[in-house]
Amino acid sequence: MGKYLEMIRIRFLMMLAYRTNYYSGIIIYSINIAAYYFLWSAIYGGKEDIQGLSVIQMTTYIAVAWMARAFYFNNIDREIAIEIKEGKVAVEMIRPYHYLNMKTMAALGEGIFRLFFFSVPGMFLVSLVFPLQFSANPATWGFFGISILLSFVINTQINLMTGIFTFFIFNNDGLMRAKRVVIDLFSGLILPISFYPGWAQSGMEWFPFMYISYVPSMIFSEGFVGQQVWNALMMQGLWCLLLLVPIQVLWVLAKKQMVIQGG
Amino acid sequence: MSHLSIFVQYVGQYMKTRLTYRSDMVVEIMSDLLFQAVNLIFILVVFGHTNLLSGWSKDEIIFIYGFFLVPFALFSTFFNIWDFNERYIVKGELDRILTRPIHSLFQVILERMELESMFGVVTGLAVMFYAGSNLGLTISWYDPLLFLLFVLGGAFVYAGIFISLATISFWSDSRTDIMPMMYNIGNFGRYPVDIYNQIIRYVLTWILPFAFVGVYPAAFFLDKTEWYGYAYLTPVMGIFFFSLSIFLWNIGVTKYRGAGS
Repeated sequence: MGKYLEMIRIRFLMMLAYRTNYYSGIIIYSINIAAYYFLWSAIYGGKEDIQGLSVIQMTTYIAVAWMARAFYFNNIDREIAIEIKEGKVAVEMIRPYHYLNMKTMAALGEGIFRLFFFSVPGMFLVSLVFPLQFSANPATWGFFGISILLSFVINTQINLMTGIFTFFIFNNDGLMRAKRVVIDLFSGLILPISFYPGWAQSGMEWFPFMYISYVPSMIFSEGFVGQQVWNALMMQGLWCLLLLVPIQVLWVLAKKQMVIQGG
Repeated sequence: MSHLSIFVQYVGQYMKTRLTYRSDMVVEIMSDLLFQAVNLIFILVVFGHTNLLSGWSKDEIIFIYGFFLVPFALFSTFFNIWDFNERYIVKGELDRILTRPIHSLFQVILERMELESMFGVVTGLAVMFYAGSNLGLTISWYDPLLFLLFVLGGAFVYAGIFISLATISFWSDSRTDIMPMMYNIGNFGRYPVDIYNQIIRYVLTWILPFAFVGVYPAAFFLDKTEWYGYAYLTPVMGIFFFSLSIFLWNIGVTKYRGAGS
């Protein structure tokens, strides 16, 4: 356990060493949210609410969706792909830790850094200028905290799977890009899932993507209340467990037919 | 050797590497199509809940998107410098580039070329013709010429912005992670700029002029006379921002200190 905690710490410190440029990121983030605010205001065009969300809830939804993304987002699929291509993965395999767990911990270190140095100040800045709706209920914040942690797990699991695929197809830039597009669209980052037509919504329920962004953002903007929150969190937890199976299968297969390309 | 023959050589090599990983290339083209569909889906879903976006109809917004795809395809074919920092600065790859007697930016562009992105031109034209025929637009003899000019202008605007951002790495080698969000801001140039307030409109017109890769030039073909002035400015903005980025690059490259090994 100690070595995994150490990995989180090291990655955090590594990000901390390069912190200055994150401040420029906050400005870009603010412009982003501002433009969304006006775009959505125009889309609402005086309407009270669409699918049960008011304009203010919608802006809060978008702002928090991007803020949460900074936490759960990581590039470990690309890191794994590069290490496989360069042959470094051979060295990683003989080290006394589980390769995939170590990657997850590194991603967590990065996520925690971004949460404190990017999301929180960014959200604070945006909330000064735009009418965002923060809940006064501490339970909402608690549920949100649990929810983004589970989002992180689900997103990281998907990234691990994408990364492991490099063992089989050697060059998976295309797959990684497809994965990113699918997550952007179906996770609820750019559009709340409830805005899609009914048939699309029922299709998405069969995939883990909406549990990455839609659920935490809905909890935070209080689009989900009462029992809905519990159900959503249970589904997130269920997907976390379910996704362990394909990862384990892929990992066992990958180790068997590994080809070191470089090194 | 002239730049042209080097270009041809690189294209040849590129084809070879791509055909080695054929399955990946197919997935890549598919993911491009998917990526283009995402924004179209956004527009369609949004117009499922509203009829007009500050006076613009669904087909007009779709037409703007179709136009946008064409310069964007040119941009993403040749200017893949979003990971310039990681790839060239942090790993010290630029050392290799700088020892060669050709302009460094030209080499980076050639190395990072992705010819399959050109497919976006086809999608863009298809979307434009689809929306255009719904709107009953007619084509005059000068339209194709202006289209070409606006497309080149738009592609250079994009290139200028992203090259300028990449040059930040010369001064500070830390990662910024702003590139994905920058791509997202580019999306806002595709909506009628009068929905935004003064500040955002100003930013999208003069500072990060993404509106010139979307609503301004497309408004010309949609016969929105009030935007003609901005539409004609497109090539000028393209040349200006691209020149500015090359100027910044040339200064920046003298500040480069190899960071990798």
